[in-house]
Amino acid sequence: MSIDITLPQLLRRNAERTPDRPALREKDRGIWQPYSWRRYWEEVRDFALGLAAEGFGRGDKLSVIGENRPRLYVAQLAAQSLGGIAVPVYQDAIATELAYVLDHAETSVVVAEDQEQVDKILSLKDRLRHLKLIVYDDPRGLRNYDDPILKAFEAVEAAGREFGATHPGYVEAAIAAGKPDDLTLFSYTSGTTSRPKGVMLSHANLLSVAEGLATAEGIRPSDEHLSYLPMAWVGNSVFSLALHMWVGFTINFPEKPETLQRDLRELGPTVALAPPRYWENALTAIMVRAADATPLKRHTFDFFRGVAERAQRCETEGRPIPVGLRLLRAIGEVLVYGPLRDQLGLRRARLVYTGGAPLGPDIFCFFRAIGVNLKQAYGATELSGLCSAQPDGEADPDTVGRVFAGIEVRIDDGGEVLVRSGGVFQGYYKQPETTSEAITEDGWLRTGDAGFLDRRGHLVIVDRARDVGKLADGTALAPQFLENKLKFSPYIGEAVVFGDARPFVSALIAIDAATVGNWAERHNLAYSSFQDLSARPEILELIKGEIRKCNAALPAPIRLRRFLVLNKEFDADDDEITRTRKIRRRFVAEKYAAIVEAFYQDAADVEISIEITYEDGRKSVMRSTLAIGDVDESGPGADAAAPARAASAPIPAEAG
Amino acid sequence: MLAATAVSKRFGGVRAVEEVSISVRRGEIASIIGPNGAGKTSLLNMISGFYRPDAGSITFEGRDITRARPAEIAAMGIARTFQNIALFGGMTVLDNIMLGRHVRMKAGVLSSFVYWGLAQKEEVAHRARAEELIDFLELQDLRKQQTSALAYGLRKRVELARALALDPTLLLLDEPMGGMNQEEKEDMARYVIDVNEQWGTTIILIEHDMAVVMDISDSVTVLDRGRKIAEGTPAEVQRNPLVIHAYLGGHHEQEWAAA
Repeated sequence: MSIDITLPQLLRRNAERTPDRPALREKDRGIWQPYSWRRYWEEVRDFALGLAAEGFGRGDKLSVIGENRPRLYVAQLAAQSLGGIAVPVYQDAIATELAYVLDHAETSVVVAEDQEQVDKILSLKDRLRHLKLIVYDDPRGLRNYDDPILKAFEAVEAAGREFGATHPGYVEAAIAAGKPDDLTLFSYTSGTTSRPKGVMLSHANLLSVAEGLATAEGIRPSDEHLSYLPMAWVGNSVFSLALHMWVGFTINFPEKPETLQRDLRELGPTVALAPPRYWENALTAIMVRAADATPLKRHTFDFFRGVAERAQRCETEGRPIPVGLRLLRAIGEVLVYGPLRDQLGLRRARLVYTGGAPLGPDIFCFFRAIGVNLKQAYGATELSGLCSAQPDGEADPDTVGRVFAGIEVRIDDGGEVLVRSGGVFQGYYKQPETTSEAITEDGWLRTGDAGFLDRRGHLVIVDRARDVGKLADGTALAPQFLENKLKFSPYIGEAVVFGDARPFVSALIAIDAATVGNWAERHNLAYSSFQDLSARPEILELIKGEIRKCNAALPAPIRLRRFLVLNKEFDADDDEITRTRKIRRRFVAEKYAAIVEAFYQDAADVEISIEITYEDGRKSVMRSTLAIGDVDESGPGADAAAPARAASAPIPAEAG
Repeated sequence: MLAATAVSKRFGGVRAVEEVSISVRRGEIASIIGPNGAGKTSLLNMISGFYRPDAGSITFEGRDITRARPAEIAAMGIARTFQNIALFGGMTVLDNIMLGRHVRMKAGVLSSFVYWGLAQKEEVAHRARAEELIDFLELQDLRKQQTSALAYGLRKRVELARALALDPTLLLLDEPMGGMNQEEKEDMARYVIDVNEQWGTTIILIEHDMAVVMDISDSVTVLDRGRKIAEGTPAEVQRNPLVIHAYLGGHHEQEWAAA
């Protein structure tokens, strides 16, 4: 399977074949406003001409910064049409991070959503040596800005039309000259480990993934997708750019982030993608609503939830579902599951994916049990986003599915997953040494993940290859597996598990502010702030109870023995998690080394000082003494009592 | 565009406003400041027709509006918000804003009853304007929420939206930032400036927060115990010893200058 077309060539093809079908739809002024393929192409053409008039050409880089907006997509495709490279950046990145990426990528044009983003870029102007032009979409508040580097989107398009009058066929020729192997997108990795790295992707890279996914999953032009994930995340580029062009379906943009849930429900997308964080939050929201509901509603919900999960278990284990259970499930469908799916905006969803990081098995099973066709997908930025997904009917919480046609997988001696495919990236921008560490000489990508292929041929990912550790007694320990177990508790927002080369397992917990706050209210516990709430002894007991529940399903050696409730949330501004909300384990371990030491020195509490970074880059230090909780061993007996799931915990010998 | 000449208002023995004159130029943000009880709101009430001055006159766009009723003044293009929010709590944000459009609706009882035709067309046009304001004040996610359920700062914003729905040429804001935290104040100040820039709306602002007033005003009038004691640009007013005295007593000149 080789790709012989580019993204802008596909745009032209779609505009010719289905000029009047909606390519994009944006909710604006309370109404879903469609953009036809013809209009999409015309806007791309005009903006590309405007860029050309400014001297933008082959190999130049354009960055977009902001929420998902049609014009930011227009801008990316315009740059790509001229043989340029799109470099989407995270709009919530702090100044130093942003300056680093924009400067490293040598971005010459930035297209910003609004005044907020323009201000951010202007404040960095002196550090961006290659910047020549800032274009803004929403003019509001920018009337009195007189920096000559600033231009309105309309002004660039108008200049483009003028330029086009004297250069007929300019963009069309540039598009025709494009080659599938040309670089077209730099996706900066969220950097769990170090400085962001610019992953260089070609048209063929992105489109091979789009083809693989579209073929494996049967995605069709009539599908609807809601595009709300950060534009800088490669998963978003796969769906809203590559797959969009390849299949020609419709992508939709919410009115603004706050209206996402309502817009989702109005629209009812058929293909959806969300990171684990989203599903965790959605489940938490459901639990809070259920806890606040009247007793009748609450009992109904609890009862049918149990029904759904029992039926689900029969299905995954391949046993027939008893007739009574079937009947109850049908009633539940009408009373609970259907309405719940509708609330979530998944009423029409055929294909729903979770990816980007592992999702806790219990959360995964919950959504499948209520009838959401949630499936795990796996990939990496260096693989142009995706390489595998679970086919319909083969979804289960432990695997990440089958790799798409034409993709090869092998597991090396250390248990690391290696992948060879059309999606393997072209290298890290300006970092050839790092590139040669990531790609073997014969073209295999080292994913950095430890895993194996199961009997069905599904890929199973256990953890980051270098995070898999051993307890002092030699028991294999995959921290992420335990963390996901913990995070199933609605009260636990984030967890970081320690135990490598230690006698037992311990965890750093950040509570979920919404649910714990709600719990505190229901128990008449007054508190003033997140910090205050986390330090309450009642909360320590609450979390202890949750950990006991979690321990009950774990084999004795890897049960959690000690924990600490942190008095702040893990924050991307403090580098503790990435912008895509993956814990930066090593960083956290270093930052909270004092706590980890205290865990293993039997201390009852620990004094820490934490540096906090505000969004504008200011820092302050927070000092406090936190109590360490001990989870006693009085829970249910050892291995015998642990349910079946624990026995099949994905900690295979290969990885150990 | 607006001039009040030697207006006075008394309530029994209390002289709320005494011979105050102000003139506001088109397109400016004019602030009225002063300690509690200085007569700021009374002056605003006279401009918007809620009080009738005992003496003096008020002209707007060259027309005498001293004796005009509030509804007439609203129809002329003067809109206001209130110190204590005056929204319809049981109605949604959208309905509250649409209510502001009422002044501009022309369809009669009969055509409204039939709905199709003129009234429908008008409704659509007004809804479009309401949506524009919702977009402008970033109320999209609250469109269908009852205003009584909203936080204080948001209700203030809805009130501003409703005032703007009148398409005013002059907007009177009575302590739009009162009771807000710093972040909400900054947001509101931003909106006030944006309104002024986007539609060229002239704004008269009563506000207690000095930092905000000095930041966004083109001119400042200072009242104390019903009398005007100073007027001018923010910088001029800030240096005026009478103002410093009225506001802070005698001993805080340094702090005031620093503010």
